[in-house]
Amino acid sequence: MGYRRVAIVGAGLTKFHRYALETPKELAFEAVKMALASCEMELNDIQSVCLGTAPDAFDGVHHNGEYLTDGAGAFRKPYMRHFVGGGTGVMGPIHGWFHVASGMFDTCMVVAEEKMSSIYPHPAGAFLTIFDHTTEQPIKPTLIWIFAIEMARFMHKHGYTKEDIAKVAVKNKKNALDHPSAQLGSEITVEDVLNSEVMAYPVNRLDISPTSDGAAAIILASENVARRITDKPVWLDGIGYCLDTAYWCNRDLYYPDYVEVAANAAYKMAGITEPSKQIHVAEPYDPFTYKELHHIEGLGLCKRGESVKMLLDGVTQRNGNLPCCPSGGALGVGNPIAATGLMKVIEIFLQLRGEAGKRQVSGNPTCGLAQAWGDLMQVGTVVVMRR
Amino acid sequence: MLDANAIEKTVTKVSFKDIEQRRVLSINYTPNLQYAWDNGLAIGRYLAELKRGRIIGKKCRSCKRVLVPPRLFCETCWRPTDEWAYVQDTGTILTYVVSHVNWDASRVKPNERYHTPAVIELDGTGKDQGILHLIDEIEPYDIKIGMRVQAVWRPLEERIGTITDIKYFKVIK
Repeated sequence: MGYRRVAIVGAGLTKFHRYALETPKELAFEAVKMALASCEMELNDIQSVCLGTAPDAFDGVHHNGEYLTDGAGAFRKPYMRHFVGGGTGVMGPIHGWFHVASGMFDTCMVVAEEKMSSIYPHPAGAFLTIFDHTTEQPIKPTLIWIFAIEMARFMHKHGYTKEDIAKVAVKNKKNALDHPSAQLGSEITVEDVLNSEVMAYPVNRLDISPTSDGAAAIILASENVARRITDKPVWLDGIGYCLDTAYWCNRDLYYPDYVEVAANAAYKMAGITEPSKQIHVAEPYDPFTYKELHHIEGLGLCKRGESVKMLLDGVTQRNGNLPCCPSGGALGVGNPIAATGLMKVIEIFLQLRGEAGKRQVSGNPTCGLAQAWGDLMQVGTVVVMRR
Repeated sequence: MLDANAIEKTVTKVSFKDIEQRRVLSINYTPNLQYAWDNGLAIGRYLAELKRGRIIGKKCRSCKRVLVPPRLFCETCWRPTDEWAYVQDTGTILTYVVSHVNWDASRVKPNERYHTPAVIELDGTGKDQGILHLIDEIEPYDIKIGMRVQAVWRPLEERIGTITDIKYFKVIK
């Protein structure tokens, strides 16, 4: 094919926290600094910078991407911002892949930053304006509504129960206890989830990831450069991304077709024909409990309607055959929107290098996947990684 | 390998109280932005018809859908749409929510009714062709997917040409 192989060679991640004193620029600076230190590189070694951050409304700063450049180390460098809502974090490595695979640059810094605590009284208010201003906003929709709407449809089609789905929160929050960046690692029970405050039936409070501040960064390099930087490059062997229509009421929400399209593109590129066997560890996007299952089905890691069986059989546990969200996911580590997706990419990077510490999955995985989702039930972003 | 000690130092943890009680200083800002959104030809007609108590869509002869809200082009066939077509103000609940929270994450007060938005497939549109609207005149937790519903319109003199000219949908037998 007409492109170069691209590797991830370094990664940095801040703590995720509800209210951080640090500014968005400072958070980006910390993540970038750690990414450089992780592979003994300097900013001078970086040829281009790709940055993802979610709606400008969170910060109240227009051209927020440009505002963040200083912290991201993009001073007088080729710089581009990408933004696809919650899908932004996994769009990062995809965006950076183009920079390096094309032959344009040998190294690229990919940064994701989110500070959600600046907006009052709650970042949820910023989401009103993602809905159509004429046909939907007068009904005063909130983001939780459309998740609950989708969850209800997903449960109805497959006969899933809230008890089943709550087990995703139990698994992920427990996994997060071992993650040094985690905001919400804890041992909880299904009853805790079901007894937590009802936000919008069928969604309870513990079905939802928290709002967070945080940043993440990875460094991409072309094949010959990557091998000079590290003995353990992790290759971006497949990328896929896709947007469905913004008329989100005009499709059956029980299944994310756009995730399937994105995944199939990534699988084709990586030569994957049986994802449930060839993918050894996965980080599907889990801003809500049911979303992990919804995405596992869209990614073809099981058949439609079988994700709950997979969960109940323990397949997606850290010691299962196909561990999902071994990091603790958005539910456990936290959800600073853009940074969450990149945190997931970093988890697969560490898992494939055997550097995930207490979170390390068994079986010496060689192939993993990270996925994010966003906008109006609309975006799928997928990367397949190998060591 | 992630260095737990280094990660711990990246963020200085503060709380809402620290900000509220000004133990850490912040600048407050409330944007005052005003917009006049053009509706375009298709949504313009949609709103005018709502004012008259009717729901209009636009048909795509290629995929056979009647698109509601109407648009001048079919986004899936990527072609101009064809004739205008009225659809029924009756339909079926595809999915719904019982929301205890308002749009800004504040909670519904104890004396208020929970919000019950739903995706409703209007009769005459096509499979899975829903719109977002509200359900009322039923106990929130009695709503079920598949229930038949009908629009409850505001009185003619109160209609201004907006989606809320339909007050809500009520369950019908």
